[in-house]
Amino acid sequence: MAESSVQQAHVHAPPEGFIRKYIFSLDHKVIGKQYYGLALVAVFTGMILSWLMRIHMVWPAAKIPGLELLSKVGAPGGVMTPEYYLSLLTMHGTLMVFFVLTNAPFAAFGNYFLPIQIGAEDMAFPRFNMMSFWVTFVAWVVLMLAFVIPDGPPIAGWTEYTPLSAVGKDAGPGMQWGASLWGVSIAIFCIASLLGALNFIATTLDLRAKGMTLMRMPICTWAWFITSCIALLAFAVLLPACILLILDRHAGTSFFIPSGLVISDRLQPHSGGSPLLWQHLFWFFGHPEVYIAILPSMGIVSHILINSMRKPLLSAKVIIYSMMSIGFLSYMVWGHHMFLSGMNPMSALAFSFPTLTITIPATIMTLIWLGSLYGADIKITSASLFALGFISMFVAGGVSGFFLAQPSIDIYLHATYFVVGHFHMVMGVASLFGVFAGTYFWFPKMTGRFMNETLGKLHFWITFLGAYCIFMPFHYLGLIGNVRRYQSFVDDYMAPYLSWHQFITIAALITGAAQFIFLFNLIYSRFRGAPAPENPWNATSLEWSIPSPPPWNNFGGRHPVVYHDPYQYGVKGSKGDFVMQDSPEALASGD
Amino acid sequence: MGKVFAIALVIIAILSAYPILTHKFPLPEDISTHGHQIDDQLNDTMIEAGLSFVGAQLVLAAFLFLFTGRKPGSPLKNFPGGAKVMVTAAFILVGTEILALGVLGQKAWANVYFTSPKADALQIQAQAEQFAYYFRYAGPDGKFGAIHPDKIDEGNQNYFGLDPANEVEARDDIVSGELVIPVNREIQLLLHAKDVGHSFYVRELRIQQDFVPGLDLSVHFTATKIGKYEIVCTQLCGLGHYNMKAYLNVMSEPDFEKWLKDQSAQ
Repeated sequence: MAESSVQQAHVHAPPEGFIRKYIFSLDHKVIGKQYYGLALVAVFTGMILSWLMRIHMVWPAAKIPGLELLSKVGAPGGVMTPEYYLSLLTMHGTLMVFFVLTNAPFAAFGNYFLPIQIGAEDMAFPRFNMMSFWVTFVAWVVLMLAFVIPDGPPIAGWTEYTPLSAVGKDAGPGMQWGASLWGVSIAIFCIASLLGALNFIATTLDLRAKGMTLMRMPICTWAWFITSCIALLAFAVLLPACILLILDRHAGTSFFIPSGLVISDRLQPHSGGSPLLWQHLFWFFGHPEVYIAILPSMGIVSHILINSMRKPLLSAKVIIYSMMSIGFLSYMVWGHHMFLSGMNPMSALAFSFPTLTITIPATIMTLIWLGSLYGADIKITSASLFALGFISMFVAGGVSGFFLAQPSIDIYLHATYFVVGHFHMVMGVASLFGVFAGTYFWFPKMTGRFMNETLGKLHFWITFLGAYCIFMPFHYLGLIGNVRRYQSFVDDYMAPYLSWHQFITIAALITGAAQFIFLFNLIYSRFRGAPAPENPWNATSLEWSIPSPPPWNNFGGRHPVVYHDPYQYGVKGSKGDFVMQDSPEALASGD
Repeated sequence: MGKVFAIALVIIAILSAYPILTHKFPLPEDISTHGHQIDDQLNDTMIEAGLSFVGAQLVLAAFLFLFTGRKPGSPLKNFPGGAKVMVTAAFILVGTEILALGVLGQKAWANVYFTSPKADALQIQAQAEQFAYYFRYAGPDGKFGAIHPDKIDEGNQNYFGLDPANEVEARDDIVSGELVIPVNREIQLLLHAKDVGHSFYVRELRIQQDFVPGLDLSVHFTATKIGKYEIVCTQLCGLGHYNMKAYLNVMSEPDFEKWLKDQSAQ
């Protein structure tokens, strides 16, 4: 593996003043926390939207207190209209996919820990880094503006399929300015993500400490690095797609709109475009995005599992190579979202095979995690509970992918709750379990205080059981053909199954409420948590070799030298059953 | 707590498998000639995916039960064979599944999409629009009148934008809000979207196909059972999406001919 380079001395001067320290900070740790904060706001917003949708779905006439304040038109008297349901659905999906699942496991934790784990003082381009957060923040503000404009948020779903999303106000409420805000917001988000990805890649390649060869990087650093490479290609395609969408909407172009469409009794002044072009561009981004959400959590979970098991994985290399394969294959599978879109049926076969093949690296990773647990001494903490829960959720959500990868079965299951159950479990819940695990694990490093373990475990149990109660029945409902994106179930065949939807809604309310325990724990522990030492988990990687919380320049001007691979557990070290990466003591294995 | 977790996983595995094993959520009755292949494929996948799910949860549970709360100083062990066994197992397990399901399963897809409709298949045009379906039969001349988007006039029930004043073919076209078809006769459905994307989904027919504006697609199928079935839209098409549906009415051949005559007479 390539020889690592020695990092430069000072990347930037120590920050002075409140604004430079906490707002427009160049410090990757502050930026990481800012990303985390934004993801936290977005995830609670998204979750409350899902509550509103679930309540409306099973009790359509329910008056929801305060909802009228959000939108007088969308919820007159506090009762949601069908179109407002679609607005909330669009905002839920957009917030969760972009501002939570991209921001939290990747941008937040990656920013905070990638430079420290490779022994760098900061990111390669601290100013770009600051910019990528603030550009993301602007993207979020633009998206949230959709809630306050008279038109309301768009109703076309997070995928914004054209021509519905491209023709403006004729397409329905929210489609005039709401959909424009969506397009602009996501375009801005793409710019921010591209800046972030470039920064991650440059930092990983150029700023590794002496002795930190690529294969000595912790698995989560690898995950963030691979994710950056995926993000660089994925967002580079979504950005022009969004620009073309905005042009169709406001400049009279017809990239995505064919001729002869009569919408709201008006013959649309467009011709020559293709709705499938949008689908191709969107899913060329959209499928890799799934891995942008899940790979960092895979890395975080591996990192935490090893620490909790007190022994290395059966093979860290195999995990890293599997993540690379997943990253590579993620670009060859986007068409499985479009089996029924009318593209050449032969291409369905071409997209089906790589989709099925991606199961191989995913299975290898699962078996490595499971096999590594054998013979370990697993320590149960809130962090390890979520990491172990991740495996359970990843398998549960993963196996349903096997159905949807097959075009013949997709004929029946496409656009049903089976799909909703699948992606919520595997990319939503599993990815968030990685974020929760990371939070409980790294909180002592980030704040110098422990999170409350009792509350953490309570949070885990309700979330883990709750997630199964919500998303397993989704799969079952998909089997009977329950169609997604409906605000109420007017179809005759759904009548016997409405009680299942009520059960899911109640489970969602309880599981959602448990997230406030987490929020309370986060805030309470920040100020009142038990003080944490430098290395509370007896861990080995470089972030545990510096004070908690770390100083502004991470290593206090010291240049760490790395002697070992990152997971020397179950060995006889001078401090216990582990040897830190930067400890010069010799190991029996000689690494 | 590791042991409690292990027990919870076992309970989750059992509870998750129970509704499947007891057929609590059955697929609706298949009324098509091709559907049984899709159902077989789904059932085979369910067995393989179900075993993978339950197996993985049980192994996770077993290891959590055995390897948490161990006595201090218990020796650490490694799984016999290490990573090689895992990689080999993944290739064999998933490789077999891909071969079994991926390769063999393409037949079901091919039967829907790689076969041409028979020459005597009944052609019906389906138009999807916000938020309704309209179906058009060619009438006695066997020819559809051309669609003129500028002539679409919902108020006058000219949903397709036909021009019977100037075009002979359009004069005998029959337009219906219900998809009426004869049993056991192949239907070729020509899909046309008037405004935005929609989809044609009949659960019992095991057919789902998008309507894509600007792209006229077709699907073909044969219904084998007389009855009324719901057609629902599965592509988010706007504010009334949830309420966009029509009925598929499968009739005996004589009933169908009579219905067609009655419609022509109107």
